[in-house]
Amino acid sequence: MSLRTPLGRARGLGSAKDGSSHWWAQRLTSLALVPLVLWFVFSVALMTGADHVQFLEWVQSPVVAGLLILLISVGLLHSQQGMQVVIEDYVHGEASKVLSLFLSLSIHVVLGLTGILSILMILFRG
Amino acid sequence: MSRGNRPLSPHLQVYRPQLTSVLSILFRIMGVATSVGSIVLIWWLAAAASGVEYFELVQSFLGSWFGRLLLFGWTFALVFHLCNGIRHLYWDAGKGLELETAYASGKAVIVFSVIITLGLWALAYVMGGA
Repeated sequence: MSLRTPLGRARGLGSAKDGSSHWWAQRLTSLALVPLVLWFVFSVALMTGADHVQFLEWVQSPVVAGLLILLISVGLLHSQQGMQVVIEDYVHGEASKVLSLFLSLSIHVVLGLTGILSILMILFRG
Repeated sequence: MSRGNRPLSPHLQVYRPQLTSVLSILFRIMGVATSVGSIVLIWWLAAAASGVEYFELVQSFLGSWFGRLLLFGWTFALVFHLCNGIRHLYWDAGKGLELETAYASGKAVIVFSVIITLGLWALAYVMGGA
């Protein structure tokens, strides 16, 4: 069963002009985040009370560093996808919408780079 | 294209709140709250990378009563968004959409979010020793 209209199917795109690809990408990041977030919150709870040296040692394990980089990139991608939908729903007016989308994207990119570069610094420099 | 007589989205203020609609709104709010909270996570990592002095400054802020309150709120927002997100993924598979099931899974989301949040904090207090 298809929920799309014949014309919509023929054009391949809906009102958002990109078909269902954004919706689908959001489901993929959510699925990946289920195990990543569970791992992260339990690890951090277990790390409570750790000092700087113990924290660095934890991040320096290649498995932990890899999972943290995955969590940050997939998590911020999911966050960006979600904020995009929220902005598209509530910010009206073309100029303010485009500006909000651009700001949100920029903040996510800066946060992602800062997080990943911090992990790489800890991993390679200690 | 005429936009005059099209049916509009329901206006929230004329509806009596139901569990399903309240959870739906909270899902979005908690998602946005989690996004904002992720700034703290990145700040914490950047502090760890910059050295012991700045890391300890950030740790002492996060360990203050205000920092703990923020972290507790962030934990609940994240865990709630995760639990209800799993409920949404189940719906996306076309399952559990009957009214009774949707209410039961909604109640389960509330129970699990509270238990997991409190469990994580109990674990943190056991590890950290207050």
